Amino acid sequence: MDRMETPPLAKERTDGHDEPSPVSPRRLVGRSVRRLEDPRRLRGEGTYVDDVHVPGMLHATVVRSPRAHARIRSIDATEAKAAPGIVAILGARELGGDLRPIPVRLVPDERLLRYLQRPLATNRVRYVGEPVALVVARSRAAAEDAAERVEVDYEPLPPVTDASSAPPAPLFDHTPDNLASLIEEAFGNIDAAFARAERVVRLAFRTGRHSAVPMETRGLVAVPDRGAAEGRGRLTVWGPTKVTHFNRSVLAAMLGWPEHRIRLVEPDVGGGFGARGEFYPEDFLVPCAALRLGRPVKWIEDRVEHLSAINHSREQRYELALALDSDGRFLGLRAEIVNDMGAYLRTHGTVVPGLSAGMLPGPYEMQAYRCRVRCVLTNKTPTGTYRAPGRFECNAARERLIDRAARLTGIGRMDLRMRNLVRPERMPFARGTSILGEEVVYDSGDYPAALAEAVALSGFRMSVPDAVPGAGARAGAGSASGDAPEARPESRAGSAANAVPVAPARESGARAESGTRSDGGSYGREEPGRYRYGMGLACFVEKTGTGPFEGARAFLDRSGALVVATGAADLGQGLETCLAQIAGDALGVDHAGITVRHGDTDLIPHGVGSFASRGTVMAGNAVHEAVSELRTRVLERAAARLGVPPGDLAIGPGGLVRGTGGRSCTLAELAAEPGLEMVRYFRCEQMAYSHGVTVARVKVDTATGLVVPERIWLLYDVGRVVNPSIVAGQIEGGVAQGIGGSLLEELRYDDTGQFLSGSFMDYVLPGTTDVPTILHRDLGRSPSPRNPLGVKGAGEVGIAGVGGAVANAVADALADAEREDDELPLTPERVWKRVRCNPSPQTPAAAAAGGRNPV
Amino acid sequence: MNELREVAVTVNGTVYDERVEPRLTLADFLRHSLGLTGTHVGCEHGVCGCCTVRLDGAAVRSCILFAVQVDGHRIETVEGLADGESLHPLQEAFSDHGALQCGFCTPGFLMTAIEFLERNPEPDEDAVRDALSGSLCRCTGYQSIVAAVLDAASRLRQGA
Ligand code: FES
Ligand code: FES
Repeated sequence: MDRMETPPLAKERTDGHDEPSPVSPRRLVGRSVRRLEDPRRLRGEGTYVDDVHVPGMLHATVVRSPRAHARIRSIDATEAKAAPGIVAILGARELGGDLRPIPVRLVPDERLLRYLQRPLATNRVRYVGEPVALVVARSRAAAEDAAERVEVDYEPLPPVTDASSAPPAPLFDHTPDNLASLIEEAFGNIDAAFARAERVVRLAFRTGRHSAVPMETRGLVAVPDRGAAEGRGRLTVWGPTKVTHFNRSVLAAMLGWPEHRIRLVEPDVGGGFGARGEFYPEDFLVPCAALRLGRPVKWIEDRVEHLSAINHSREQRYELALALDSDGRFLGLRAEIVNDMGAYLRTHGTVVPGLSAGMLPGPYEMQAYRCRVRCVLTNKTPTGTYRAPGRFECNAARERLIDRAARLTGIGRMDLRMRNLVRPERMPFARGTSILGEEVVYDSGDYPAALAEAVALSGFRMSVPDAVPGAGARAGAGSASGDAPEARPESRAGSAANAVPVAPARESGARAESGTRSDGGSYGREEPGRYRYGMGLACFVEKTGTGPFEGARAFLDRSGALVVATGAADLGQGLETCLAQIAGDALGVDHAGITVRHGDTDLIPHGVGSFASRGTVMAGNAVHEAVSELRTRVLERAAARLGVPPGDLAIGPGGLVRGTGGRSCTLAELAAEPGLEMVRYFRCEQMAYSHGVTVARVKVDTATGLVVPERIWLLYDVGRVVNPSIVAGQIEGGVAQGIGGSLLEELRYDDTGQFLSGSFMDYVLPGTTDVPTILHRDLGRSPSPRNPLGVKGAGEVGIAGVGGAVANAVADALADAEREDDELPLTPERVWKRVRCNPSPQTPAAAAAGGRNPV
Repeated sequence: MNELREVAVTVNGTVYDERVEPRLTLADFLRHSLGLTGTHVGCEHGVCGCCTVRLDGAAVRSCILFAVQVDGHRIETVEGLADGESLHPLQEAFSDHGALQCGFCTPGFLMTAIEFLERNPEPDEDAVRDALSGSLCRCTGYQSIVAAVLDAASRLRQGA
């Protein structure tokens, strides 16, 4: 059943585009068809990596460092070797020469080589959780029991936990300052811009370390052919995802095995969001153990090790300075950023800080820009990408800076943005920066329209001056910001006009009092002025559809069914369905009968993978090309068979090819002979840029510091939409993760480098009562001119602006947008301290005293 | 630690007689001893809810129960939800509302929600959010899950 036939949904959907399409016929693309992946996953019939069972399989567990920084004096495995069920203990001594560094996947750089991680620590550990040895046993329990008996003698070294202060010790002796890399981006004459400035607004901003944390932990099952231990046969590894072809090359190089004898297979995957699927130490250790032992070896990460082993992300500090002219136009932006890289550089190298530097100017015009990012090593888990890497952070910092500027100049927050947004007639817009070795050129988009619509959708208040210094509008409890949402007509109008939620929006008070995980305490009687309400917004541009290519192989099997294979990966996002929709349209058949295969290196010789919101853009266009050409061949063959010109033929329901005069044949008949097969690689030299505006409304409990996000609005444009429901899922899921990173999630370390967030009790993911109603709307105006389907990526749009919107909303609620520093996540502890240490006029104490913040 | 204990348990209507280590969790028993891999394990410490199954009708976390504890009891897992070819109305609603992406959390949500709907056939959004607040999903943002459960409630009331 098609989703469009279902009863009205509880959320806003945009079911279809009406504008003429560049490709026809278009029956499936643009519709919220039901996902092909759903039935198996709803029935519990998916095959995730821990569901893979191979006879004779052994089980591995990793011995990890409990120390942040130490020299390994010795490893004593005598007792462990006597443990029941033990098969092997592989440490650096056993694997010695095989322990090559794991290379950088994106934008490799010679200078980074010396900071790369080897699969096992050799004589020094540099973070809590670093693999020290692999234990293989007949069961997982036996392996874990034995691992506990491995005695490692550590000689402690001074831990480095703060990237911004002078390091107490070098992580690598060749780099005393722990500075792995310095990234610079600049355009225009920055000094001139600042010299001309009427006003300079500064902000210090920090984003906390957090990560993707998919619900399924990582895992691998490495299965050697008989004889593989002696160098014959092949090795199959279940569990890789995201970039299987690249990972195969890495594994081959590290094992010293030819690539063609390695097959990586992606099973069902329980979420990735950038972190999962990169090549990690275990991706070498487990296959290596399987080859050495000549037996299948399974490794399933547990949640505790996941939190210290998977790539962390986001830990950045910003020092920003914005130069404005007397009209509030941005003249120049200066940025000094420190990116805490963790203990090694992993497969992303310095991509994340590079993305921050390249995308910090965002959707705004400015004449000059200068940014420097210091990439600093610390004794923490190495970092990599997590959904909207580098942009969640830089968008938050920039948007918070703009709100501070609005507050200090007295220009409204929306107005200040409107004056500076890149206008649609400037498209394509050369940003002047570069990312991933490519010049940033925005392809299409109407940024001011998105802002205007977002303001209308959310009822973001325009009538009240945001913060005119000296206006005194904020001193009383009845000021606009201090009003309860019920009393804010714009908000009501905004949501009523859209009439979106089936159920009434939850009152945040009820939720706050219901004692959910994030509450952190009980609530007493409500004293006046205890709760503060605020709204904030953030505008952003998102890079999507990173090249250089993706491939698709399409063929009709003997039953006439269409099979499509690609090198892109599906980590749960619905790629199978999207590609089936595109393929169905291209051939003229229903999507439900199409088989989409992916993530298996044996399917297609080249693949790039799924990251950077590229799946639908790159694989989608490859499928479109391959199947369109396949259709041409099918019609030629049918024409010859039926004696009708190809132009008079149509492929219809049931795979029937009809011509004029009632002549027809089936796809099965045409596919009886070989030849209906096509491989195409879609290349794209330039990325497509989605954009959007996120608005947040929050309620701050000044007594506890708890910030309750009451509602999030998102106005976005992701070009042509293949499946609106899938896009909605990407948006909503991204927003929820953004809420986590803005308010709840932080991977914390103490001063000794000890990891403090090793369980779901310590690392708080947003739950059903932490994520508010999310209202979103597709502007739907700007298909990408850079690919035939006109699509842009949607995967990271949901999360990109949440941090900025929430930080601004909290500052709005506390009426302290002028403060010189801010940070994420805004945990109750931080907000509570902020209210106490820096009382603004809206806190009860200050309101009673009639005080007002100096501006 | 290794002496095996007898466990006789009815899972989705089938009686199983197995000998297990006392420390084997119910989740591992279902997944690895019985091959019912629809029940997922996301944290193994009782927080994420992925492993939720029904024990004599009550939604419980199978990762923090031992297999030996369910001796003589009745378990239902996600594999028992559909009636042959036809999905349960809650499963249908999940698909219609986009309430699953990677599907890893889905079995836990389904088993939690079914028990909840039996007790609360006419819930409002708040009640649904509260009932599901012990389960984590990293993909959907929950809105679609809540919508699906509300829709399933009305389908079930209409005897869908
Ligand atoms: S696996 Fe049982 S609650 Fe997470
Ligand atoms: S659908 Fe992926 S975790 Fe819920």
